[in-house]
Amino acid sequence: MSYLKQLSIFAENKPGRLERVTNVLAEVGINILAISISSSPGGFGVIKFIVNEPERAFHLLKEKGFTVSLNPVLAIALEDRPGGLHNVAIIFSKHNINIENAHVLIPDSRERAYLIVEVEDIDRAFNILKKENIKFYE
Amino acid sequence: MFWNKEIETINKKRLKTLQIERLRKTIRKAFNVPFYRERFKSLGIRPEHINGPEDLKKLPFTTREHLRENYPYGMLAIPREKVIRLHTSSGTTGKPKAIFYSRRDIDISTELIARCFTMTETTKYDIFQNMMTYGLFTGALIMHYGAEKVGALVIPISAGNTERQIAYMKDFQTTVVHLTPSYALYMADVLTRLGIEPKRELYLKRAYVGAEPYSEETREKIEEFFSIDVYNSYGLSEMGGPGVAFECKEKNGMHIWEDCFLIEIIDPDTGEVLPEGSEGELIITTLAREAMPLIRYRTMDITSIITEKCPCGRTHRRIRRIKGRADDMFIVRGVNIFPQQIERVLMGVKGVGKNYQIILDQYDMMTVRVEIDREVFTGRIEDLVYLQKELTEKIRDEVFVKPNVELLEPGTLPATEGKAKRVIDRRTL
Amino acid sequence: MIWDKKSECMTEKERQRLQLERLKKIVKYAYEKVPFYRKRFDKAKIKPEDIKTLKDISRLPFTQKDDLREAYPFELFAAPLQEIVEIHTSSGTTGKPVVAGYTRNDIEVWSEVMARALAMAGTTKDDIVQNCYGYGLFTGGLGVHYGAHRIGATVVPISAGQTKRQIQCMVDFGTTIITCTPSYSLYLAEAIEEEKIDKKKIKLKAGCFGAEMWTERMREEIEKRLGLQALNIYGLTEIIGPGVAQECMEKTGLHIAEDHFYPEIISPETLEPLPDGQKGELVLTTLTREGMPMIRFRTKDITSLKRGECKCGRTLVKMERVQGRTDDMLKIRGVIVFPSAIERTLLEIKGIEPHYQIIVTRPHHLDELEVQVEVSKEIFSDEVKHLEEFRKKVENKIEDAIGLRVKVTLMEPRTLPRSEGKAKRVIDKRQL
Repeated sequence: MSYLKQLSIFAENKPGRLERVTNVLAEVGINILAISISSSPGGFGVIKFIVNEPERAFHLLKEKGFTVSLNPVLAIALEDRPGGLHNVAIIFSKHNINIENAHVLIPDSRERAYLIVEVEDIDRAFNILKKENIKFYE
Repeated sequence: MFWNKEIETINKKRLKTLQIERLRKTIRKAFNVPFYRERFKSLGIRPEHINGPEDLKKLPFTTREHLRENYPYGMLAIPREKVIRLHTSSGTTGKPKAIFYSRRDIDISTELIARCFTMTETTKYDIFQNMMTYGLFTGALIMHYGAEKVGALVIPISAGNTERQIAYMKDFQTTVVHLTPSYALYMADVLTRLGIEPKRELYLKRAYVGAEPYSEETREKIEEFFSIDVYNSYGLSEMGGPGVAFECKEKNGMHIWEDCFLIEIIDPDTGEVLPEGSEGELIITTLAREAMPLIRYRTMDITSIITEKCPCGRTHRRIRRIKGRADDMFIVRGVNIFPQQIERVLMGVKGVGKNYQIILDQYDMMTVRVEIDREVFTGRIEDLVYLQKELTEKIRDEVFVKPNVELLEPGTLPATEGKAKRVIDRRTL
Repeated sequence: MIWDKKSECMTEKERQRLQLERLKKIVKYAYEKVPFYRKRFDKAKIKPEDIKTLKDISRLPFTQKDDLREAYPFELFAAPLQEIVEIHTSSGTTGKPVVAGYTRNDIEVWSEVMARALAMAGTTKDDIVQNCYGYGLFTGGLGVHYGAHRIGATVVPISAGQTKRQIQCMVDFGTTIITCTPSYSLYLAEAIEEEKIDKKKIKLKAGCFGAEMWTERMREEIEKRLGLQALNIYGLTEIIGPGVAQECMEKTGLHIAEDHFYPEIISPETLEPLPDGQKGELVLTTLTREGMPMIRFRTKDITSLKRGECKCGRTLVKMERVQGRTDDMLKIRGVIVFPSAIERTLLEIKGIEPHYQIIVTRPHHLDELEVQVEVSKEIFSDEVKHLEEFRKKVENKIEDAIGLRVKVTLMEPRTLPRSEGKAKRVIDKRQL
């Protein structure tokens, strides 16, 4: 299964919202691998996490009353040299795949970095990237 | 100054005779309306039974629910070809209240405004800028016709675009304006920000302020800032629009035109008629409207009748400034809004729950706070932005006022049992 | 149904006699009451007594929109302010708007010519007229309102916008006559189709569409989708508002109320009058206006005149559908927009480079304006959030200036085409 599961949590744009979530995760020993926060001028935002136990985290947060969803994302292995990201970008552009959101995940080992990408049609993107010899998070 | 001295200073006895005659006529006309005919028949009422205002008690009330049930043409008392105008006013459900006018009805509404203008010394020498929204609401068009009747120069500028309002007040040397109190306060802020002093740079003499409830303090504030006289104006679409009651130069209560409207004050909970001077709900029976006569209409406005004679010489009694409502309707920017309307919009949009709150503050800001539906959350911020936009547009389309919409996490608002307090009004009008 | 048989079916001779009598009167009135006209006539060395035949009108000087702007606010009024009971202004500005003042008699005339127009569309007192033209300073709303009142029809003064409510009123009240811009009527048709309203619930029989240019093809489309007779109405604030001319059911041209508005066609280059049938600029003279008489006003609309019998029975001269303007003024959703007003606004904003393009499209039957403008490098490399705020600011400033909501697209420096001579600023992609 080469898709990672990403947690998205709805939060009002106020101080303390992030802390409430991280508190829950920390208490049960769930490790956060990556995080991204987007806010809208409308006064609210969405906090996204990649964690080591996504299903468990999802159910836990739901129980605690958070507004949370679990969505599949691609985790593309980046080569650690100049041009690493560029090569990936060329492939996306060539096949007309639009990147909706992206951020980077660097796991413990620090051996390589992964580009976490949200796209509209994840299956299509995955198949195209696989054909182009892209490696994913295992 | 009187527009029609004879009527405006008519003695009590002649007024009573006039009222009885017109009341009987109105009841006869109401027999043309199936809604009234059935109710009168079942209560055994005939026009001959009505010999004075005391007999009104025998007649049943008319409520806005009755208007809703008979939408669109059910309350019409004359053939459709005789109707020349339609106006609408907000209802609690998806349908508005439809109000009809014959040519005579328009003429009478126009006459009443002419009386109000003349009473406050607006004449053909005045330049009148009408800052109410033109269209289906009665506020603008009815005042427009009345202003033209006295020969004033009318600028039908409608509402909004404050910088243009100010430019025109200067260019055309406007002397009289018609607007809501919240807009007057807003304009005062804009003028201050632009560094314009009304006393030195504008030509204003007076303002007719209404369509929203406001206090004596607010009146004084507006008078002081603009250096003008502010006169309170009361009306409702069902009665033809503005001009039902209006302040004279004494500025102590609004004269209600008793040759056209028969008034009572009742206890809103029991329906019992209260003695003159008590505070309660204003009930109005039309005496001159033909297209859509209304018998004992429950206005839901809370006020009291002033018993003393007015120094101005007019014998039509005055009602005090409207204190509040007997229902949960509120007014923003002069527009009537029922919380039920907003609730209905929320229920029709996927993505939000049933828990909401409406906050009113500053002069005219309406914020609708609603909890999102946990089950429908997709995780995408774009979807939330779209949801917020959709709610804003749908609410605006329904109530004519654009809200601020706040999306809240579920559980933020107090969970309520029984009747929730949905509307929090922090305005100081 | 003809509203005023006496005026609308006069013989040519009778009418010319009436027009000459009124022309002499109005020229004298303007000369005596309006200093602007006295100066102009004196300069052209012509006196009111010199008008002896209708042809002599060509000796009088023209009036143009700029004259009205310079006369802001009341310099062209002939009647004292106490006699003026209503004011209207024109939409869109380069500088001051045009102000028109009406006396009670002017409102009378307006009500009458509008009653004629609505009657041409078949309106009687049994009809329900839904008026979707904007109410307020714009002449469209109140003009139709007064005319419908005159006939005794039931007016629904709904004004513009709120499509859902428009449809609700149409269905609930049984609207039979509708008045709005042609593009809005298509928008309504689309909304009705989307809501899957049973066509039997729509009782529309005719509509008076105007305030913007539209084609025969568009008429066919409107008639098919709304199931009504789509007729063209013409007017302008400087002359009176709507009601100057209206199409009858024959749809072979718009009858001009020439007993009140005297038409001429001139060549926009030589300014000489052209014979009937030839295309040129429409010039109008108000024959009965008290508040603000207009002598030989150049409308800048291109059309031609056609005289003779019309099958409807009216003998009033007809003008063909207006298909163009002599300048580059745009009409967007019925609102007049000058590209120069947008340019002026843009140049006042710091961070904007003086390279812009205005793209006019009509994607869903409603005109859309997109302003593409280049911004400085500093602004462009800023945070996305700030760029968005800046974009909104530009949109708001443009809206304040022209009274219309437009879409602004910020462009990187050097991405818009440059030109040697006059830049093509406006790209009108609508197929008018």
